[in-house]
This record gives sequence, C-alpha cells and structure tokens, in this order.
Amino acid sequence: MFKEKTTEEIQAASRIAGTSKGAVYNNPRYRAWFYQLAMMLGLLYFFYSIISNTLGNMEALGAKTGFSFLSAAAGYDVLMSLISFDATDTYARIFVVGFLNTVLVSVIGIFFATVFGFIFGVAHFSHNWLIRKVAITYVEIFRNIPLLLQVFFWYFAVLSALPGTRESLSLGEAFFLNVRGFYFPRLIGEGGSWVVYASIFVAIFGVFFLKHWAKKNQEKTGEQFPVFYTSLGILFGLPLFFALVTGFPFTIEYPVLKGFNYTGGITVIPELMALSLALSVYTGAFIAEAVRAGIQAVPHGQTEAARSLGLKENRVMSLIIVPQAMRVIVPLLNSEYQSLVKNSTLAAAIGYPDLFNVFVGTALNQTGQAIETIFMTVVVYFILNMIISFLMNRFNSSVALVTR
Amino acid sequence: MSVIEQQANNDDIIVIKDLNKWYGNFHVLKDINLNVRKGERIVICGPSGSGKSTMIRCINRLEEFQKGSLVVNGVEMIDDVKNIEAIRKEVGMVFQHFNLFPHLTILENLTLGPIWVQKKPKDEAEATAMKYLERVKIPDQALKFPGQLSGGQQQRVAIARSLCMAPEIMLFDEPTSALDPEMIKEVLDVMIELAEEEGMTMLCVTHEMNFAKTVAHRVIFMDGGEIVEENTPNEFFENPETDRLQLFLSQIL
Repeated sequence: MFKEKTTEEIQAASRIAGTSKGAVYNNPRYRAWFYQLAMMLGLLYFFYSIISNTLGNMEALGAKTGFSFLSAAAGYDVLMSLISFDATDTYARIFVVGFLNTVLVSVIGIFFATVFGFIFGVAHFSHNWLIRKVAITYVEIFRNIPLLLQVFFWYFAVLSALPGTRESLSLGEAFFLNVRGFYFPRLIGEGGSWVVYASIFVAIFGVFFLKHWAKKNQEKTGEQFPVFYTSLGILFGLPLFFALVTGFPFTIEYPVLKGFNYTGGITVIPELMALSLALSVYTGAFIAEAVRAGIQAVPHGQTEAARSLGLKENRVMSLIIVPQAMRVIVPLLNSEYQSLVKNSTLAAAIGYPDLFNVFVGTALNQTGQAIETIFMTVVVYFILNMIISFLMNRFNSSVALVTR
Repeated sequence: MSVIEQQANNDDIIVIKDLNKWYGNFHVLKDINLNVRKGERIVICGPSGSGKSTMIRCINRLEEFQKGSLVVNGVEMIDDVKNIEAIRKEVGMVFQHFNLFPHLTILENLTLGPIWVQKKPKDEAEATAMKYLERVKIPDQALKFPGQLSGGQQQRVAIARSLCMAPEIMLFDEPTSALDPEMIKEVLDVMIELAEEEGMTMLCVTHEMNFAKTVAHRVIFMDGGEIVEENTPNEFFENPETDRLQLFLSQIL
C-alpha cells in the first residue's frame, strides 16, 4: 500500500533534489540569461560592423555624408504640391512636399477604403441576392489582383481613356473631368465670411451638445430623440442660414478653359485620382472581409437574445452586433491602414509625387546620399504607422471586452 | 384592428393550431396543436431533434413556420413587424447558452430592453433591474461583465433580464443543459420560485424531471416533430401510455 506523504516530507525531498543537481549551467534560469546575453552581444557586433564598414567604405570612396544637402536647391519641379514650390526651393522643402502628398493620398485612401469596406462588408449579409453577389464579386476581384496592376489599370486604362481637354465631361459648367484631371470650383471667402466659418464651428459644438442632451433626456424621461437627422439638419442648415443672411460672402472661382488647359478652381491630377482609387478599392476589399469576419464572429445567439427582448432590427445592429464586431474589426483595420500607407509608395509607378517618389527617387539620384535620404524616409513611414497604430490601439481598448 | 384579433377563449394565452415547419425537405414540426392557459406551467421533453426547441422558438418568432396559425396573447403571428414586436414584448426567453451581451455590464444587460423597447427612464429601469437581481440573488454582481460570472450566475442574470421586461410568458430553452452539475440547482431554484410566486405562464424545454414533477401543470412529450403524449406530471411519469414515451423515460430516469 502507498503511504500518503505529508507536505513537509515532499518539501524536504525536493530540497534535497534541488541541492544535489546544483550545477549552474544546468539551471534553466541561468541558461536563459546566458543565451540572451550572447544574443545581445552578437547583435551589437553585427550592427557595429555594418555601420563602421559603411562609413569606412564611403570615406574611401570620398562620398559626401551628412544632412547639409537638405539646404541646397533641389533644381527640379514637382507635379503637385500642397505648399508653394518651385525648382529653386531646397531639398528640405521637397521633403515636406512629398510628405504632405503621402499624407494626402493616405488620408483619402483610408477614408474611401473604410467607406467601401463597410458598405461591401455589410452588403455581404444582405437578403437581396444581387447586392450580396455584387459584394462577393467585388471582394474576390480586387483582393486577388496585384495592387500595382490595379494602379496601372486606373491610370492607363480608365483615366487615360477620358476625353481630351476640349471635350471634357462637365457638370453645370463647374465640374470638369478630362484626361488631364478633375477640376472643380473653389470657394474664396470675402469680408464677413468669418460669420459662416464660425457658424460651422457652432454647428459642430451644437451637435455634440445635442447628443449629450439627448442621452441625458433619454435617461431621465425615456424618450428617444432623433439625434442623427437633427444633427444633419444643424450641420448643413446653420452654415447655410448664415451664408444667406450675410448675403453669401464668397466668390466662387470656376475652372475656366484657357488655351489648352483649365485654370482656376481646384485641380485633382489623374495620378492622385488613380492612386487613391487603386488604394481605396484594393484596401476596401480587405476591409470588407474584416467587416464580414467581425459580424460573423458575433454568435447568432446574441441576435436572438436581442430580438427576444423586442429590440428592433436596427437597434439589434447598433446596440449589440456592431459593438461586438468592432473588437474583431479594429485590429484588422489597423493593419489594413498601415498597409495602405506603405502601399502608397506605388506612386512611383505612375509618377505621383509622394515622399518615396520625390525623395528616395529623385533626391537620392541627384545627391547620391542614399543613407540619409532612405533613413529620413524610413523614419517618416515608421512614424506615420506608429501614429495609426497608437490611435487604433486606443480605439481597440475602448471596444475590448472585460472577461475577468 | 384587423390583424390583431381577439381570441374567443380568454383563458388561452397561447393558441397553436396545425403548426407545420420544414427545414428544406426536413419536416421538423408536424401538425402541432397546443393551447396554453394563462398562468399554466408546461414542461416539454423529448429526445434531441424532436422539435421541442423549434416549437417554443416559433412562439417568439426566432423561427418561422410555413403552415398553421399561432396566436399569442390575442395577437396573431403573421408577417407584420408590428405583430412580431407586440408578441416579443409579451414573451421573455431564456437560452441554453445564456446569450448575455458580453460588452455590457450585468446592469446594462438588464436595462437595455426597458430603456430601448419600453422607453423607460434610466433610473426607473435600473431600480427594476436591481429588484430582479435581488430576486435571483446576485445584486452584488451588477457592475461586473458577463465574462466575470460563473455559468449559473450568468443564467440567473439571463432570467432576470427577461423578467425586467415584465413579460406575460416565459420560454425556457434547456436552461440548465450547459451548466455544471453543482450550478443546475441554483438556476432551478430561481425558476421554481418564479413559478410559485409570480404565477407566470411558463413553457420550459428541459430534461430535469424533478423540476417537471415539482412545478409543471402539464408535461408534453415530443418525438419526431409531433406531440406524442401530454398529461399531468403524475400520470405522465407513472402511467406513460405510448411505447415511445416509456422507452424515453426508461432512458433518462
């Protein structure tokens, strides 16, 4: 028969076992430390040798190093710039131009990719056969074709097929679309326009206030106020009202055909259109899948429980399904947004002047200072993606579940 | 109103007539006829796949049926959102897997229906919620999330959630089947208390035969999509008439 050991006996036995196998090199904890230390030293040596080698080689070749080139004149023009720029401006300024162009195309891309993604992701669950099939087809087509090919498709096949300047597609002599770009009117504020601008701010604050009030009111009286439509009314109605009262203190600058091209108004170059289209349609297909996965990840029992409480279908969606689906969707959105920012470097293929194109492309070529230009560009993309990550993680922790 | 008919017999809160349901070619419910009086407590049992869950899920339209008629509390179940909403307001349901909303606290789970469906002020909804949490003996868990509770506690919250809507009828779909043995009793105790104190109309799909003996007015045996036998608990267990019920009872008792 087995005799049951007391706790003291077991502890004593293990103490003896511990001391008898006392070799330090067999202790798992010391081993782990040793391997980590060895790994660290190895890595340090690796990077040290790369850097010292490069510096040594560059010195031997007589190559220039350092960031002094940034203050030199770039000597080349860019296709599109959000800030004023001409060929006499510096490399530092072209760095900013490229950075802003990258941010612009990324923001446009992220906005429309999200819109497409949510529309087609939700459409996947439509009871309408046609809508469902369109959603599935969209995802299958655009997810499975290389992005570079899609950029070329929009740029060379779609936008290049648009009519020439003189045969522009136009809408009310204000919006023009042709092979050289998309042109639309610009609002220029005059004296008194500040009233309208101020009213926009007031409207935005008003909406926040309304939302807060509606929530408090519901808590107090139980009544549900139609916040969404009222907000829309305030957002558009208030500025419109003040614009009319102040006698529309704006001039509208229409694009006008002068010679071979349109001048005035705002121009969207075809490179920007093609790249934003390709990025948003492509990424939208992935986001649609993320949205679908998120909604499917919510067990059907949740819908049933919500319905059995008597909630209407739109409330089941907004109060139960979407908040739970978001915890699956948000981490996937994060990586899709980051991919989009990185994929925007495909701008180089069609000549959109993004950071990669104007800096690692042209500036590197002209100055030969590969390490500096690449380093600066790497840092920018790194920081952009860190910002996205940070924001999305904040968002994610607000939708995460508490389980214990 | 034409679509909302008043029933002839005021005592019958649920009237199911010749109800048939198919999943594709599979005939899950065959000519179900069942009248439930107000305040009546019915236990439904039967082998798995016999259609018992499907039947009670038809009552609040979590399942649709193809033939027959169903009238709940004077409202006929037809393809009309108004009727469906009217019926769901009167019918509470407790599920096998609790189906609490994991992103909301226990208190929010309980006040969701009263606030959004009954349009009650938050204070009032919370007061009702706390009353029912005390009834199911877990008022101290109000601010926790469902994931932080044991299975038995979650199921009691689910019962309280349904009660907050003050339903006329409660449906229980195998409420103890997903619970560990030691938690079954705490849930059954709550249900027995509910039955005895509130006098609520209850339809309960369960294999807890002691529960059936204690609280049920009537026990129904379903097999192959049909109601095979129904009787008072005593007769049901002591003198089963059909071979199928005898076989079933010999397997589970």
